[in-house]
Formats: sequence, structure tokens, C-alpha cells
Amino acid sequence: MLQIKDLKAGIEDNQILKGINLEVKAGEIHAIMGPNGSGKSTLSAVIAGNEDYEVEGGNITFNGKDLLELDPEERAHNGVFLSFQYPVEIPGISVSNFIKTSITEKRKAQGLEPIPTKDLLKMMREKMELLSIKQGYLSRNMNEGFSGGEKKRNEIFQMAMLEPKLAILDETDSGLDIDALRIVANGVNKLRSADNATVIITHYQRLLDYIAPDFVHVLYNGRIVKSGGAELAHELEEKGYDWVTKEEDKKWA
Amino acid sequence: MSEQKKQSEDELLEKVTSTEYKYGFTTDIESDTIPKGLSEDVVRIISAKKNEPEWMLEYRLKAYKFWLEMEEPDWANINYTKPNYQDVIYYSAPKQKPVLDSLDDLDPEMKKTFDKLGISIDEQKKLANVAVDIVMDSVSVANTFKDTLAEKGIIFCPISDAIQEHPELVKKYLGTVVPARDNFFSALNAAVFSDGSFCYIPKGIKCPMELSTYFRINEAGTGQFERTLLIADEGSQVSYLEGCTAPMRDENQLHAAVVELIAMDDADIKYSTVQNWYPGNAEGVGGVFNFVTKRGICHKNAKISWTQVETGSAVTWKYPSCILKGDNSIGEFFSVAVTNNKQQADTGTKMIHLGKNTKSTIIAKGISAGKSDGNYRGLVKISKGATNSRNFSQCDSLLMGDKCGSHTFPYIEVKNNSSKVEHEATTSKIGEDQIFYCNQRGIGTEAAIALIVNGYCKDVLNQLPMEFAVEAQKLLEISLEGSVG
Repeated sequence: MLQIKDLKAGIEDNQILKGINLEVKAGEIHAIMGPNGSGKSTLSAVIAGNEDYEVEGGNITFNGKDLLELDPEERAHNGVFLSFQYPVEIPGISVSNFIKTSITEKRKAQGLEPIPTKDLLKMMREKMELLSIKQGYLSRNMNEGFSGGEKKRNEIFQMAMLEPKLAILDETDSGLDIDALRIVANGVNKLRSADNATVIITHYQRLLDYIAPDFVHVLYNGRIVKSGGAELAHELEEKGYDWVTKEEDKKWA
Repeated sequence: MSEQKKQSEDELLEKVTSTEYKYGFTTDIESDTIPKGLSEDVVRIISAKKNEPEWMLEYRLKAYKFWLEMEEPDWANINYTKPNYQDVIYYSAPKQKPVLDSLDDLDPEMKKTFDKLGISIDEQKKLANVAVDIVMDSVSVANTFKDTLAEKGIIFCPISDAIQEHPELVKKYLGTVVPARDNFFSALNAAVFSDGSFCYIPKGIKCPMELSTYFRINEAGTGQFERTLLIADEGSQVSYLEGCTAPMRDENQLHAAVVELIAMDDADIKYSTVQNWYPGNAEGVGGVFNFVTKRGICHKNAKISWTQVETGSAVTWKYPSCILKGDNSIGEFFSVAVTNNKQQADTGTKMIHLGKNTKSTIIAKGISAGKSDGNYRGLVKISKGATNSRNFSQCDSLLMGDKCGSHTFPYIEVKNNSSKVEHEATTSKIGEDQIFYCNQRGIGTEAAIALIVNGYCKDVLNQLPMEFAVEAQKLLEISLEGSVG
């Protein structure tokens, strides 16, 4: 599904990603872990197409398409979803209105008619239930006055509505209390299928207690320095990032 | 917000489509015009063409004399080449028979125009509840629902008809809220206005439908001087809609309208406008000069609410105002003013509190894009006798790009100490992060801007009647096209 080869990217003159290689297949869950400043969020931003970052080398293919050639909205139309670390407020636009626009635009790109409002509302109710979201939420304005936890849940709600092929969860666990974490994780697990894939970007191992990854990668200094199975996350939790980073620093010293 | 309302709002959004300024076409209909320029003779010709009574001619001539002595105002924060008033044609009427019994009799060319505007009369008729008095240039060519209104004693007709058929009402109220000598443009309008609408709602009557008028400028180099007089008698209620679009022109077109509203005791008037005169091209060439005087007077317990969505015109000079004369009267002003490319707008309101316990609310949302300049200018005046009065003003500006400008000029005068005035103002920019967030959700940049802008204007758009809200959203989107690149 997603192949990243020797990806180098940065912001202005500062190279952050120094050659990333990653392959994600349908049905898989990958966790990308790493200390602060290792380039985790840059990687998610580059996959989503944030123009603040400049790609200096390498390539990304997504279901056979050259992802870097596509605009951010085209990537979304093709099934790439990013759950933002810092979701953005859109004052005056209700959650339902926003999601409707989003789905309508995606369908338009695929040559499909908009979903009738009635069906859409029904779908929204189902997904709200899945994520234990209270009534009245749909008419609130996008992220306006939302608590940190509500914002993250809103991201996962959109993911549930948009049914992406590839979901990247950028630090979705940060700012969530344990109950919210469980609900969000539960939602992600229920949405998991053989056709979609999830990349979880996180600093801590705790989300991985609820969502079992197939692969864990350690990102450090712009490179994936270690990959393994779910047990790697536990090892990291136990030994700390130093365990990996010291070795790595020696290599480049 | 209820789910139902929510749903309709979603449907509205669904209807929002994106096109370039699409009202730039002209209708090929023979016109009857008089030579360029303004003189006493021209005023006499206009009055004669309309078969006006002597008192009307005198009113016009007096106004013309005032105008001769007045100077074009230059205090607004706008720069434009003042029109050569001797180079304007002051009267033009389609040669076609003006009033039709049935819409089937409408000139096919004109019908096509309406279809292009998306306000086909067929549709309008089916929609019902909207009486349409369409002004094509200066003479009304179609007037529907007149009979339905007549049953209730409501008069809704072209002002030229009202001068003939209801002279006592016109004579009593014309120029009482906006006197001819009020300002340069009101004097000009009083001298040469050729048409417009007249509306009278009798005592205690609630107008059963939204009254709507569509104005169009349709003759090259013709200025349009609309005159609207709306009287809501004691305890009556009316909602009046006004919308306009104009074809593309290379030379500037002069538009100086006057609207007078009279809300008698306990009356309620809601006046909504969607203004989309041709704004000129990206270099600022062409476009309408829109100098409008709109003012209403509220008697005891009366309410006047102005809602405007201003997206067009090269230059806008417009301050719909309320004189809160009666005790407990209420004035409201809800405005969205968009400027793009080289458009300039100086718009706002005046709330003049004279009566006790009077209240006013001002919500003004400015959006500036391109190299445009948007200004809010407002006056809140609370006189000595207007004890326990209240005003709340909120003036927000949204900037797009870094070449546009936005200014707010709030004037506040309070002459007693039992009144309360609040003013809030914000200036913001559409964030790259907001646009990227929308992009990531599959919403392209143009659609994202439309969405963000609609959210920003929601408080004002919510004031508009449904069919206007759709049009307003379309206009916002169209007028901001290409503003981010």
C-alpha cells in the first residue's frame, strides 16, 4: 500500500528526515516511536502533503501512485488520512457541516453524487455511538472550545466517517486521559480491516497497550534505526530510548 | 441548533458551487434613452416621461437646486475618480410594454437573462410566497403577486405607479427620513430617480410573503437611481428582500440609490440586501460606483433590522441607519462586506438613539482580499433623552493575503449616564493551518476558503431568509475566487 524509499525532507535549510525507508501493507498496523525531535511529525506532514516541508529526495508511492505528485486534497481523495497532533479550529462551521463537505468533496473527486443528508446523519449517529460521543456534538463548531481530548476524538470520528485506506495517527494519545484513550483505541480497533492500514506515531508506549501493532519502528535523528514486532515497544518502555539512541550516536560519531 | 436547521444549512452548503463572475452579460433589448447630462430640462423630461404631478416635479427641481450647491463628499476612506455627472445618462427605459399581465408575455431575451441569473420567474412562481417586482433598468417589467397582497390592503408597486395611484402616501412620507438635501447623492437621487419600489403595509397586517425586488443595471453608461419607500403602519410586519447583479462594463457605472423605511408604533421591518454589482476587473477597471443612502425611522416599540451582504461594486459608500425615535424601539445592522482585487468599500451604519430604552445591535464582518480596502464606519449616538439605552457593536475583519487593507472607524457619542455601549473588534487572517487541515480532509483550497468564510459570516448569513442565504453563500464564494494563490 505505502512504500517510502530513502525519503529526505526538511523545513527551509534544515534537513529533518535523512533517508526514511518504510513499507506498510494493507491490514497492518505500524507504530513509529521515537524521542522528541526525531522527525515523527515531519514524516506524517510530508505524507499528508504539508507544503511547509520540502522534499529533497526519495519517493513515496501509495497504491502504485506517486504520492508526492498529488495535492494534499488529492491524497485525501485517494484514502490518506492524518489525525492531527494539533487539530485546527474552524469557527462557525459545525462538525456535521464540515464532515459533509469533506465527504462530498471526496465523492465529487471520485465522480460520485453526494450522499443524501438523511443517510449521512444516520452514519454519523452510528459512528458517534462507536466513539461514545454525546448528542449535540454534531452542531458544535469544528474544534472551537473543544478540550484536548474532544479534539482527538473528533479526529477519530472524522476518520471513522471518511473510512481511509491509510490512517496516520500523529500523537493521538497525547492529551487523552485513560478513559478517552481506551475509547479512541477501541474505535481504531473496530475500524481496522484487511483493506486498510494504520500508522501510529507516538512517543509513549501506552496507546500500544490498547492497539496491538504488527510492527514497531524507532525513528531517531531522521532515520528508522530499529524495527521489530510489538515486543520492541515494551523493550523501549523498559530500557528507554537511550538504549537505541546511544548505539546510533556512536555509529555517526 | 436543531438538527433540522442543521440539515437545511448543510443543504445550503451543498448548493454552493464555484464559478467566475457569471453575471457579466448584457441583454439585447431596445432602450429608450435621453441625452447625456444633467440640467433642469433633464429633470423636467424625466418627470414628464413619467407623467408626474406638479408637486413631484417641484420636489425634483428643488432637489436639483440643492444638488447644484453641494459638494461630492470626500471624507470616506476611498479613492476614485469622481464621475463626470454631465457624462451620465439619467433615464433609460426598455421600449417594451412595461407591465405584463402574464409572465408568458415576457421578452424571450429578458427571460434568458433571468434564467442565467438563476432566478427564473417560473421557479420563483413555484416557490410562491415571494412577490417579485423586477426592475430591469428603470422601469418595472414584471409585477407578480400584486393581487394577493392587495387583498390584505398591502401596496407593493413601482414607485412611479405609487406617485400616480397613492399620491397622498408618497407626498406624506417621501423625503421624510432621507431629505433631498441630506447629502450630495440623496439630492441627486431625489432629482432624477426614475424608478424603484413603494410598499405600504396597513395597520396590524403581517405581510404574508417576503417581498423581493431584483435590480439590474442594463444599459451601457446608464446610471441607476433607485428610490425605495417602505412604510409599515402601526403593528404591522414586513420582510423585504433586495438583490442585485449587474453585467460587465468597461466604464464606471454610477449608482446612487435612496431607501427610506418608516416603522410606525409597534411595527417591524426586516430589510435584506444582497449586493453584487459588477466590481470591475482584477485591475480595477470598470465596476459600479455604489453610493447609497439607506435610513429607517422607528417609532414607539418599533424595530428595523438591516441585513446586507455586499460583495460587488468597485466603490461602495453605504451606511444603512436607524433613527430610534420612539421609546423602546430597536435597530439592528448585520453586515458582510467583501472586497477583492481593487475593490474599495466604506460601509457601516448609524444608530441614532433618541427614545428611552432604545436598543441597537451592530454585527459587521469585513473580508478583504487581493489589493482591496475594506472599511467599517459606524456611529452610535445616544442622545441626552435616550435614557437606559443599549448598544452592542461587534466589528470583525478577516484579511486574505498581505496586500489588502482593513480599517474600522467606530464613532461613539453618549450624552447620558444611564446608557450602556459595548464595542468589540477583531482582526484575523485565514490561517495556512486551517487551509491545510481542510485540504487534508479532501477539501480543495478554494472550497476551504469558502467554508472558512461562511463560518466567519455565519452570524450574519443566519439573518437572511433561506433563498437569499443560498445566493449570498454563492456570491461570497464567487467573489473570493482566486484570492489565494
